[in-house]
Amino acid sequence: MSAPAEYLREEELDHNLIYEVASFPGGHKIFSCQQCGSCSGSCDMAQDMDYTPRKMIEMIRAGMRKEVLGANAQWLCTTCYYCTVRCPRGIEPTEVLYAVKSIGIRDRGVDPNNDSPKFYETFCDTVHKFGRQHEPTLMAIYAFKGNPLRLMGFAPLGIGMLAKGKLGLAPSRVKNVDEVRKLIDRYRNKV
Amino acid sequence: MRYGYMPGCSSHASSVDYEASTKAVAKALGIDLVEIEDWNCCGTAPISSVNPEMAVALSARNLALAEEQGFDAVVTACAACFNMLYKAWDNFANNPGMRKQLEEAMSDIGRTLKGKAEVRHLLDIIVNDYGLEKIEQLVTKKLTGLKVVPYYGCLLGRPKSNFEDAEEPNSMDGLLAMLGTEVLDSDFKARCCGSSTIFTKRSYMLRLLHDILEDAQRLGGDMIVVACPLCQMNLDAYQTNVNSAYGTSFNIPVVYFTQLLGLALGLSPQQLAMDKAFVSSQKVLNRVSNL
Ligand code: SF4
Ligand code: SF4
Repeated sequence: MSAPAEYLREEELDHNLIYEVASFPGGHKIFSCQQCGSCSGSCDMAQDMDYTPRKMIEMIRAGMRKEVLGANAQWLCTTCYYCTVRCPRGIEPTEVLYAVKSIGIRDRGVDPNNDSPKFYETFCDTVHKFGRQHEPTLMAIYAFKGNPLRLMGFAPLGIGMLAKGKLGLAPSRVKNVDEVRKLIDRYRNKV
Repeated sequence: MRYGYMPGCSSHASSVDYEASTKAVAKALGIDLVEIEDWNCCGTAPISSVNPEMAVALSARNLALAEEQGFDAVVTACAACFNMLYKAWDNFANNPGMRKQLEEAMSDIGRTLKGKAEVRHLLDIIVNDYGLEKIEQLVTKKLTGLKVVPYYGCLLGRPKSNFEDAEEPNSMDGLLAMLGTEVLDSDFKARCCGSSTIFTKRSYMLRLLHDILEDAQRLGGDMIVVACPLCQMNLDAYQTNVNSAYGTSFNIPVVYFTQLLGLALGLSPQQLAMDKAFVSSQKVLNRVSNL
């Protein structure tokens, strides 16, 4: 987490960021934000975020690329959509934060200690493999990819799920999995 | 109306109980749910985080398959699948740029999408298409004495929905009251359970779960009733984590609306896979109706 700059220096700003975010589905209305804070006031996660949804939007407009991509706000967003249904200007902060996550994952602009991008990419890889999600494979690869301690964290839950027959052991596959792979590849290369 | 059923990925794993009770209830009511052949992952929040357009395209394939297979509607019991499929349908119908993009993506995999099949949630089908009057005639066992807290979470009503309110969802309320239960109104009924963020930011999400559980307990609820696999998993499987983090001793069963509906229709807890939950509902059910 980087502290907010006391003074913004022009050479450190990226005025393209807002256009980039606006090009995502649901991102285009970001220009009309009136900074009312209804989004932050509706956000259950705001108290844990380094920058609230309202601040994130203002920082995107200001072009604070590094601070925006390095924030924890987008990774704490649970996509509850309260902000989106309550924004008086029709802005969709949930989609704005999806855009910020997506740009961060593509540009590797995220703090390497943050596990979220690894989890989301592993999720994507698993669907690329089977066409559907397979929770045990997802957990295994995710734990393996980074910190093995992660698996320990999941173990109690995993064992419980197993005992309850809630861990589908054999992956269920899509017959025409090539179609799913093509779709994933199409967008993965693009972002 | 021909319903094409989309089970969703969790139906094979963490929500086998939702799947089993959905099928059992559909059969008891005579609702024909035919599985969409070769459906794929809806895209959901983790894939939307990698690329939102990719997730929409994955959902669009399911819509294309449903159309091809002659279904009038895609029906899912999963709120996350509903949200993604609806988002794809909505983008296709109302966003010309996305429509063009999705048409190209579909043609690239040899499919066509015309936007003909609607997207529906199972709760909507049961409450609004089938209707409470018809269900009432089939109820053989009233669940009198059971105090329930319907919990809707986010994605049935937000950001857009064709059946549920964004702020004051209520589709389960009437159904549960008709089954004989006492329905308790929680201020947390439309709040977030933490969804799949539980996998990456668990310690933060426990607060959300704690608040929902605490309100249910304060109201005197015997159980929480849900219509989403993620809501069920988070509130049920992580209840012990909440207890150790907050020093609480919650022991509140979290059941699917299909399970209570099934009990009222005379199905057994086994047929409804009620033994799969982490927090057992057996004691509560024994007390109220000897089920
Ligand atoms: S609610 Fe909308 S207009 Fe208000 S600060 Fe948030 S995004 Fe801007
Ligand atoms: S969608 Fe994300 S940013 Fe918006 S209110 Fe919910 S948690 Fe907060």
